[in-house]
Amino acid sequence: MKRAVIAGIAATLLCAGFAGAATIAPPKGPVSISLPGDAGMTFKPGPGLAAVQANCLTCHSSAYVSTQPVLTRAQWTGEVAKMRTAYGAPIADDQVPVIVEYLTTQYGKP
Amino acid sequence: MREIGRRRFLAAAAGALGAGALPLAALADSVQLPFANGDRQLLAFPQKRPLLVLTPRPPQLETPFALFDQGVYTPNDAFFVRWHLSNIPQHVDATAHRIAVTGEVNRPLNVSLNDLAGLPQHEVTAVNQCSGNGRGLSSPRVAGGQWDNGAMGNAIWTGVRLRDVLERAGLKSTAKQVQFDGLEGPALPTTPDFRKSLDVDKALGDDILIAYAMNGAPLPLLNGYPVRLVVPGWYSTYWVKMLSAITVLDHVDDNFWMKTAYRIPDTPDNSVVPGATGFPTVPISRMRVRSFVTNVADGAKIDRNVQELRGIAFDGGSGIKRVEVSLDGGTTWRDAALGTDAGKYSFRRWSSPLRPAPGATFTIAVRATANDGATQPVTQGWNPSGYLRNAIETYKVMVG
Repeated sequence: MKRAVIAGIAATLLCAGFAGAATIAPPKGPVSISLPGDAGMTFKPGPGLAAVQANCLTCHSSAYVSTQPVLTRAQWTGEVAKMRTAYGAPIADDQVPVIVEYLTTQYGKP
Repeated sequence: MREIGRRRFLAAAAGALGAGALPLAALADSVQLPFANGDRQLLAFPQKRPLLVLTPRPPQLETPFALFDQGVYTPNDAFFVRWHLSNIPQHVDATAHRIAVTGEVNRPLNVSLNDLAGLPQHEVTAVNQCSGNGRGLSSPRVAGGQWDNGAMGNAIWTGVRLRDVLERAGLKSTAKQVQFDGLEGPALPTTPDFRKSLDVDKALGDDILIAYAMNGAPLPLLNGYPVRLVVPGWYSTYWVKMLSAITVLDHVDDNFWMKTAYRIPDTPDNSVVPGATGFPTVPISRMRVRSFVTNVADGAKIDRNVQELRGIAFDGGSGIKRVEVSLDGGTTWRDAALGTDAGKYSFRRWSSPLRPAPGATFTIAVRATANDGATQPVTQGWNPSGYLRNAIETYKVMVG
């Protein structure tokens, strides 16, 4: 099947002239798509939601949190620290405990 | 690639598997992967058929595993998607696109796709697999993208050799590594841009391509239109999408994505005891040998008319020498028949006859051995990022 596809495409293109191999021209022109954003996914309601929305959603959808294993408070603390130090998230010092509390309560375990 | 609706796709998948082999959940708009918080919606992103949504922004989409039973090549519209940063161009003009070649070179270049058309064309069939494929199955679990085993695919990649471009630029004697950057960017200027590097010797290899076609068609935008790097045998973190800059470095790249991320323990089998700290690490590179059954799912009730087991195997580029199947959970093994060899970097299909007795319950296991002698372990080693998964897969099945 794949050979037929390639042969079909090759037949419409110039042959570059090296033995036996069908050639495929590089693409030309624009391709436009429209990504679905967060596809309707949202964080769970709960205390601290506003802080989480204001900080986490800048870079990624809520699924980055909701698909994680059930992490401990220590692990969520580590994840928030990683977002600040490794990924440069400008999370204010006083928002860190709020976010960790929310993540542990809504998506984690003590 | 033709568009095909989810219902039709699922029907086709169910037909290929034999009635009853497909998990019921796959018939809904979401599926449950075999780990906690493994519920995934099936959504069709642009130029894609419905895939399992790990995260919508940035897009991370997993190929439903039943798809791998349909052939040795993974269709472009079913190929998994993984981006790191959320600032992804949604409009890319291949005609205007340029790849800037700078750094330790004698002649800096600004390469167009038209320029690439003037270079010798090469193709390679190769598996592109995420470093964290199967991370959701880590035990104990680790944070990160929670993939089942569908963050991989096999395609025919067509393009030009990276070496041919680098030779036109002319490497200076100071060249040590070659760094690759794509159009993907961070949402915040404080987030490290995604860049990956290869040692110069690796970058000059015969098989490293700048690819502009995948299975004979342009790359889907979400797989890197108009050009991406192809590093056969190595995990896909190096296969930089929407390649826009090649910078030859006079030092070992110390950017975050090389120095801190995508590293594995520098221990004999690259594993550590869970919770260990302070061990040395090295960048992840070559893929481990793996094999899967594709026509029977774990936990499935299979039809007594299923006459064979089928699957795929691959490694990091030595090719597959042998695939063995066990029907007793790994106590006894027999050789499977290998399918057509599409190249040492490709999926290799295999099959083995099955004579299921009605009512029987058994555990299938599959084990591949590569031409370099490597095989799959019974027990998966652990590392903090859930990389390099390749333990022997097992499938508990009951015959209906």
